[in-house]
Order: sequence, then structure tokens, then C-alpha cells
Amino acid sequence: MRDARDRFLRNRAAIACMIVLGLIIAFVMIGPQFAKWSNEEIDWAALGDLQTLGVPSIESGHYFGTDDLGRDLYARTIQATGTSLTVGLIGALMALFLGTAWGVVAGYFGGRTDSIMMRAVDILLAIPTTMVIILILVLVGRSFTALFIALGAVSWLTMSRIVRAQTLALKNREFIEAARAGGVSELMIILRHILPNLLGVVIVYASILVPEMILAESFISFLGLGISEPYTSLGALIAEGAGTMAYGTLWQLLYPLFFYVSIIITMFFIGDGLRDALDPKDR
Amino acid sequence: MFSYTIRRLLIAVPTILLLVIACFFLMHAAPGGPFTSERPLPPAVLANIEARYGLDQPLWKQLWDYLSNIVLRFDFGPSFKFKDRDVNDIIAQGFPISLTYGFLSFLVATLVGVSLGILAAIRHNSWIDYLAVSLGIAAQALPNFIMGPILILTFTLWLGLLPGGGWNGGQWQYLIMPVIALSTSYMGSIARITRSSMLEVLNANFIRTARAKGLPERTIIWRHAMKPTLLPVISYLGPVFVYVLTGSVFVDLYFSTGGLGVAYVGSALTRDYAVLLGVTILYGALTVVVNLCTDLAYAWFDPKIRY
Amino acid sequence: MMRMTTLTQALLLTSALVTASAFAASHVPADAKLAEDQTFTYRVLDEHSSVDPQVVEDVTGAEVVRDLFEGLMNQDAEGNLVPGVATGYTANDDNTVYTFTLRDNATWSNGDPVTAQDFAYAWQRAVDPELASPYQWFVELMSINNAGEIIKGDKPVSELGVKAIDDLTFEVTLSAPLPYFPQMTTHSTTFPAPKDVIEAHGADWTKPENIVSNGAYVLTEHLPNERSVRERNAKYWDNDNTTIDKVVALVINDENVALTRFLAGELDRTEVPAGQFPRLQKEHPGVAISFPRLCNYYYTFNLSESGPEAFKDVRVRKALALAVDRKIISENVMAGGQPEAYTFTPAAVAGFKPPTTEMAQMSQAERDAMAKEPLAEAGFSADNPLSIDMLYNTSDAHKKVAVAMSQMWKQKLGVKVNLANMEWKVFLETRGNQDFQLARGAWCGDYNEASTFLDLLDSESGYNDGKFSNAELDDLLEKAKQSDDTTPLYTRVEEIIAAEMPVIPVYHYAGVYMMDSDVGNWPVNNVEQNWYSKNLYKIAQ
Repeated sequence: MRDARDRFLRNRAAIACMIVLGLIIAFVMIGPQFAKWSNEEIDWAALGDLQTLGVPSIESGHYFGTDDLGRDLYARTIQATGTSLTVGLIGALMALFLGTAWGVVAGYFGGRTDSIMMRAVDILLAIPTTMVIILILVLVGRSFTALFIALGAVSWLTMSRIVRAQTLALKNREFIEAARAGGVSELMIILRHILPNLLGVVIVYASILVPEMILAESFISFLGLGISEPYTSLGALIAEGAGTMAYGTLWQLLYPLFFYVSIIITMFFIGDGLRDALDPKDR
Repeated sequence: MFSYTIRRLLIAVPTILLLVIACFFLMHAAPGGPFTSERPLPPAVLANIEARYGLDQPLWKQLWDYLSNIVLRFDFGPSFKFKDRDVNDIIAQGFPISLTYGFLSFLVATLVGVSLGILAAIRHNSWIDYLAVSLGIAAQALPNFIMGPILILTFTLWLGLLPGGGWNGGQWQYLIMPVIALSTSYMGSIARITRSSMLEVLNANFIRTARAKGLPERTIIWRHAMKPTLLPVISYLGPVFVYVLTGSVFVDLYFSTGGLGVAYVGSALTRDYAVLLGVTILYGALTVVVNLCTDLAYAWFDPKIRY
Repeated sequence: MMRMTTLTQALLLTSALVTASAFAASHVPADAKLAEDQTFTYRVLDEHSSVDPQVVEDVTGAEVVRDLFEGLMNQDAEGNLVPGVATGYTANDDNTVYTFTLRDNATWSNGDPVTAQDFAYAWQRAVDPELASPYQWFVELMSINNAGEIIKGDKPVSELGVKAIDDLTFEVTLSAPLPYFPQMTTHSTTFPAPKDVIEAHGADWTKPENIVSNGAYVLTEHLPNERSVRERNAKYWDNDNTTIDKVVALVINDENVALTRFLAGELDRTEVPAGQFPRLQKEHPGVAISFPRLCNYYYTFNLSESGPEAFKDVRVRKALALAVDRKIISENVMAGGQPEAYTFTPAAVAGFKPPTTEMAQMSQAERDAMAKEPLAEAGFSADNPLSIDMLYNTSDAHKKVAVAMSQMWKQKLGVKVNLANMEWKVFLETRGNQDFQLARGAWCGDYNEASTFLDLLDSESGYNDGKFSNAELDDLLEKAKQSDDTTPLYTRVEEIIAAEMPVIPVYHYAGVYMMDSDVGNWPVNNVEQNWYSKNLYKIAQ
């Protein structure tokens, strides 16, 4: 473990991105202190004249300009970044745990277990997501928890297929066979030998899932489950900004996009760094 | 392997049946039916409509009739929303469109993504790596709903080079923007998975052994590293392949391509039960077949894999 | 359900006859220089549901059907009745039997003459339980003899009160006097249907390769979710006066993309996205246009058992209604020339001028001042703020309006508002089950008369999701059915609404379009927006 930490700390890109992520989190926490407007308050004057009063300006207190309704984009971006980061990370973590557990069990035990578990995945892959989400909305009601259930429900399937394939390949490797011959229990084999070898690909896929979850959230919120006004998310802000990008209010797209891209970049390099650091190199 | 394939194909039938049943009850459980509208229909009218579409029958009977129509006549029923067309029509019209732009996008995304990923891993920490990483991030950073408007603004409004949407039998002018938009959304992830998988494999003991033996780098990469590298990539590509083949709702929405994506999402929102079920079955059949193919591919990539 | 007075009836009747005698000439002004290419291309939001006149149920589909088929009567650019296949009609003394005389030169696109039998067949088809048209209710609304029984399956379709006296005489018998009846024959459900073609091809008869129609255009191409194309019908009786050769409807779901494609010259008409009208009007004067429509936009309080206690207090409802600054919503949020709404009925409606309510006469500052008091009286204060749930269906424009309203209430009255959006069908179900506190509503007139709106608040109405119930209002609406002079009755209804505030009218819709300046004769004064491509033309630029 110490090895892994040392390796991670030697990865400059990963460390830089940890710092950037830290800065983003700090911005989300401290940023509101500097805001002159709240995230929901409408600046009625700016609403009347977006092109001149809604532009980013230090003077007006709208550092990032305003959205189409004259609401302060600085405050909204801060709130959205915090929400989306949480949604992205929790969604990806859910996929990571559920997908890994499902995939490892199916792959390792194989045979009928594998067959049943993977056919379940096939069915879930093909079932209409919209209907699943609407049903969750009806059963659980609108809440943050429901949003995470919905995100989890749509995200773990591909992860489980990736993990299962890797497990299938791993379980016939010499070192696993050696362990099995040495009388190590199945559970220990999975925990000690299979899982560490899966970590690389799992972490990388999870880091891809973070931005995907951030965007998936905006679809789920469209259906009425999840984040509702006046709260917002990066996905929603970017979609709004993208719609009006040709209307002379480009800042509405660029500020939220900047934070979204920053999150993608940090996820990329932190994922990479973790993968390098945790690579057991004993295959 | 042959008997395994046969077995899997046999399991496919109950799998899809289960999918239909699950989807059937799911959609009937969702609030609002196909004929829920702002103007509530008078009871007598609603009764006529429900009788015509068999919605007055008990659910199990509806399901039974639905399934027997498929088995006996390959008839997936009428659309509840688009009254001039039935589900067979809708799929026959939309699927070829989705298939065309989807398959092209898949090819582009996979070829470019995998090549970028491999190049980046082989030349780890070189300018090629940085370029590949940047391209991958850029592709991920521009989701469909930014790509769509940007492409149309650029190529249609400002440059006047391409039509802003439509299909027109799939002429190349109409294909370019959908393929760019759809392929970029997967390209970044494919490159990313390929790159890290390759890096991991190149670090593994058996590659070190091969290197120690003094094998040329080219042989090591092509002969030894390639197959294990592609294993997780294939797992990722399976579901992507199905999604892309059945069309993207974003592409259909922004470029008016008329593919299956918009019909599918639309049917869920309008509770067009028959269309939703029909497309789900197509979706399920493709998922089963594609996942079987990827499972067979695993065994080919790694002969030690047994099922 | 349809109500009309004998007075309006008399007016309608005369106007119909007068226009009928003044035979319509070409719609193109004499000095206009026509463009070489007479193709009209417009954007539609969604794929149409059908082009079968008896089956179609959406606006997009009805627009296509109005070009493909021609009914007994048409509407002109102002919404007045003008002859279609029928040259005119007569009614018996108590308005229960209408006799239409058909022109002898009307033909189907396959050359067959259009006869009274085609209409009789079509109308029977519309109520046929087997066809199960969602618009069966419309024929029932027309009060045609036995329509209700046929729909219920108690009588065969042949019993419907329609009869082809001879090839050119079509007689309709009504179960109740209905002066408004001829106006209803401009509706697509009443258009003729080609029996032979339908019997030969079944449900496939509307496919471009099979369809036979009697309107100014024929359907030549249909690529679902992409486009539909209709072209000049050389067999149409008034083909000489038709200018537009080809009409293309392009399905473009995203309004911003549609606007881009309009600016790139691919479209002659598209909708202006919310908030963009002032800028576009400045940049493209004469191209960005706005005109009132026959639709309202409101929020309804849930006054049923399941509604919150606070809303049962009229002072609370009033305070909330007063504090909504409609000017801001109309000018800055929607910004498309939507009229501010202080009455439930849009001012654009024919035959009734909604009263100027007390609220409409005040300045917003006065309204805001007035709003605070009743809320305090009702027991809400900074320590005990009113908290409400506000529901709307997912849409960018609805979201903006809801957010603006919630902020007005919060800032002026300290009301805490929880906003929630829902996907359309879930929204309808939730609202219909009274599972809400405050919900968005909107209505477009089925016909151009105030009752199409006011009926929504009748306690018996199926659309009254707020479950408002007021005996006097029900009584007034009942009286209006037989009354000669509805204005005082409708005025009183609006006064009750203003006093009781079961709903908060926010604005009335406007048609906000980008319309290429070479398109001539768009009927901006037809508040129902029943337009016919045959009346349009394109000038050379």
C-alpha cells in the first residue's frame, strides 16, 4: 500500500490534478462567500437587457454573467459544480461497487451462475431506461436518493461486463491456479488476487463514468426525478448554454463548460495515476 | 465453443421473453397511458379506442395476444400514436437509417479511438500521447448537445457547405454531421480504455519476459500485447455497438435523420406501448447477439477462457 | 357542450352567405411579382400523428390534412367562413337541419367527382366505433343525430343523421339546435373520405403511393420524423388560383436548430425560441412577427380535498395572483409579444370582449402593495411563511415562467416555493389526480367562442383539474347556452373568476414566427391559425 502511495505521489500529472480537484472543491465551498447574488435570485434589470447587463462583469457582481433569466451564473455554476461533482462521483462509485461485485462473481464462478447473471444484465441493458426512471419516480418520489438509485441503475451494466471479461481471463492465469492448488479459499483468491488485478481497468472505466453520470443526470431531471429548479447542475447549465450559443450569450455555455472540462481532465489523470500506482504487476 | 454457441442461442429465447414481460409490466405500471391527454376523452370514446387496441383486455391476455401475433404473423402491432403506421413499418423505416449512420460512426469511433489509444500507450509521455489524450478529452468534453448545434452553425450557417439536417436516402452530405457527432461521443472513451489497458499490459510480467528474450518491440506489441489489451475494450464496445446501431436520439433530434432513436425515446414518452415493446425487442435481440459475439471474441482473444 | 346564441348565429349566417356570393378571386395582389420557385418550406416540432382526416388529432397533422382535403366550408384569413366543396347552405327554422349544396366541379385527385356520398361516408366513418377515432367526441359535439348512441355502440353507423339527397346535396340532422354548426365543418374530422380507396388499401390508404385526396394538394412524399411533401393537385377545382406548387414540412425537434436552419435559408417559417424575439426583430425587421393566438396560460390552485388548506382562503389566492408581474413575464421572459392576462378568456376571442378587471387597471406597485395585506390577514408572515409546491411539465419556457413567478412571490411576499417539473404524461396524471398544490395549465380554443375557455372552470368539466366549484358560475354558463346576449353572462363569469381567483391567468399565447419576407398572405388575423397553403404565395426578391 505504501508502495502504491509513493508511486502515486511521484506521478506529477495526477498530483497536479489532485490539486486542481482540490481547488474546484475549495471553490465550491468558499466561492459563495464572494458572491453578490444568490443562485436563485433574479436580477430584474439584467433580465430586461441580457446583452449588456447580463455579461460577465466584476462591477455588477455577476462575475460569470447571468443566465437567460437574469440569475447570477457565478452562484449557479458554484452550486451546479458541487451538485454535479457529487452526482458524478457517487454515480460512478455505485457503478464501481455494483458492477465489480456482479462481474467478479459471474466471471469467477462461471457456468450457470455466470449464465443467469449475465442474461440478467442483457435484459437490463435492453430495458427502456425512461420507463425505469419514471417508475422509480413513482415508487420512491423525487429526491436525491432516488436520483442516485436511477443513476446506479443505468450505469453498472457495462462495468459488470468489463469486470467479468477480465475475471474470466484472470482466473486461468498460473498464479491463480497456484493459489488454488495451495488451498487458498475462493473468497481470498477473489479478494487477494482477482480484485487487485481488476483495479486498473475498473478505475479507468469509473473515471469515464464520472462525466457520463453528470450528463445522465440532466436526462433524469428532464423526466422529473432529481434536481429541480432553482437548483441546477452542470449538465443542465451546459445544455441551456448550448441551446443559446448563437444568440450572443456565449458566456452561459463557457463558464459551466470550463468546470465540466476541468472535472473530465482531473478524472482522467487521477484515474491514470491510481491505475499506475495500484498495478500489482504480478500477472 | 460450437455447443456453447448453440446453448447461448437457445437461452436467448427465454431471455427475450423475460425482457418483453418485464418491459410490458413496467410500461403499464408507469403513470399515464397512450391516450392520456390534456383533453380527457369521453368514456365512450376511450372505450372504443381501448377496444380497438385490445387495451380493455386483462393484462395477461394482452401480453398473450401480443406474443402470439409476433410468433404466428411476425406482426408487432399498430402504433398507438402514429395511426397511419404499424410497428413493423416504423422499424423497417427507421432501423436502416440508424444502422447506416450508427455503423459508420461505430467504425470511425473504434478505428480512431483504438489507434489513438495504442499510439498513446506505445509512445507513453511523448507528444503523441499528449495529443491523443487531449483529443480524447476534447471528444468527451463536447457532448452531443454541444456538438449538434456547433456543427450545424459551422457547416450550415457560416460555411454553407452542408444541409442542416434530413436524410435524403443517406447521401454523404447528410451523413457527415451525424457521424462526426455520434462518433466523437464514444471516441474519447474508447481511446482512454485502450490506452490504459495497453499501458497495463505492457507492464505485465509476460511482456517483460518477452522483452528480456530480446523480441523486437513490434512483435511484442502485435503478437503478445494486442489481444489482452483489447479484452476490456471489446467489453466496452459491445453495449456501445448496440446503442449506436439502434440510433442516437440526439442525432435524430438535432439532424432530423428520422432514425429509430427518436422513435424509441418518443414512444416511451408518449406511452406508445407497441412501438416501445417492438423496439425493445429489437434492442434485446441485438444485445443478446452482440454480447454472445463479444463472449466468443474473448475466447478467441484469450484461448484460456472457458465458459 | 357547444353553446352559441341565436344572435351570433344570425351574424354568422349572414356573413357566410355574403362571402359565399362574393366568389373568391386569386389571393395574389395584382402588383406582386411572383417568385420562380413556389415552394413553401416550414418547420414542424413533431412528426404528425396521421393524415387521415377522420383520425388526425394533432395540430401538425391537421395542417397537412387541410391542404390535402377540402371540407364543406373553409376559413378565410380572418377566420370567417367561406365556401369549400359546398357553395353554401341553408338551415331550417330551428337550426336542426342543415342542407349543403356541393359544387359540381369538385373532383378527387384520381378524377372522380366529390359527392355528397363521400361526406356521408366520412362522417359515418368518424363515429364508427371500429375506426375508434380519438375525434369521435367532435362529431358528438356537433350534435348530429344519433352520434352519441353510435359511439356507444347502441346504434349502427347508418343511423347517423347525415344523408346524401343527391350527388350534390348533403343534409345533416341535428339532435339540438346548433347555430354554430357550419363553422364546425372547417374542422378536419368533417372532411370527405374516398371510400373506394380506403376499402382497397385499408390502413395503408394514407401512404403517398395510395392516397387520393380532394384538396389543393396531394401527398407525394412522407419520410417519418424527417419530412412530408405535398404538391399541387392539378385536379383541384380551384387549381388556377393556387400559387404555391409544393409545400414541405420538415420535422426539426430542436427550436434553436430550426432557427439556425431558417437563418441558413432552409426554411420559410419557424418558431422563435422564448426570449429571442426582441433581438431577432431588431436584426430581421419584418421577418420576426408576432400576433395573438386563441390560447391562455395559467396556474391552477388545487381547491379539492387534497389541496392545501392555505389555498382554500381566497385572500391567499388573491395575494399570489396580484404579486405576479405579468409585464416582466410577457416582455422579458417570453418576450414574444404575448398579451398579459388578467382574464381567463383571451382578448383575441370573437364575439366577446373580456372585461378590464380591477387588477388590470392597477400598476404593479399598487398590486404588490395590495398583495401583502390579505396574506398577512390570512395569517402568513415572515415567521410563518407560506410554503407552496408548484408543478409544471418539463419545458424550457415553462421553467422560465415558473422560476420568475416563484422569485416574484419570494421577493415580494416572502413565500417559499418548491418547484417541480415532470414529464408530460406523468404531469397530466398527477394533475388529473389532484396530486398537486399549484399546477400549470394552458388551453387553446376548440372553436372561436369564449365558452371554450370558460367551460374549463365549470364544476362538472372534465378539465377542471383544480376542482373549482361555484354554483353561480355553473348557472351562468348554463344560461349562456340559451341566451341571446352572452356578453353580460360571460362578463359576470370573468368577474367571479377575478373575485375568487381559482386560477392565476399569466399570459395569452402569441404566434411568434420567423417568416421569410417573400411569403405572402400568411393569415396573422386567423387566431385559430387555420391556414391553407393554397392561399399563400411567394414573391420574387
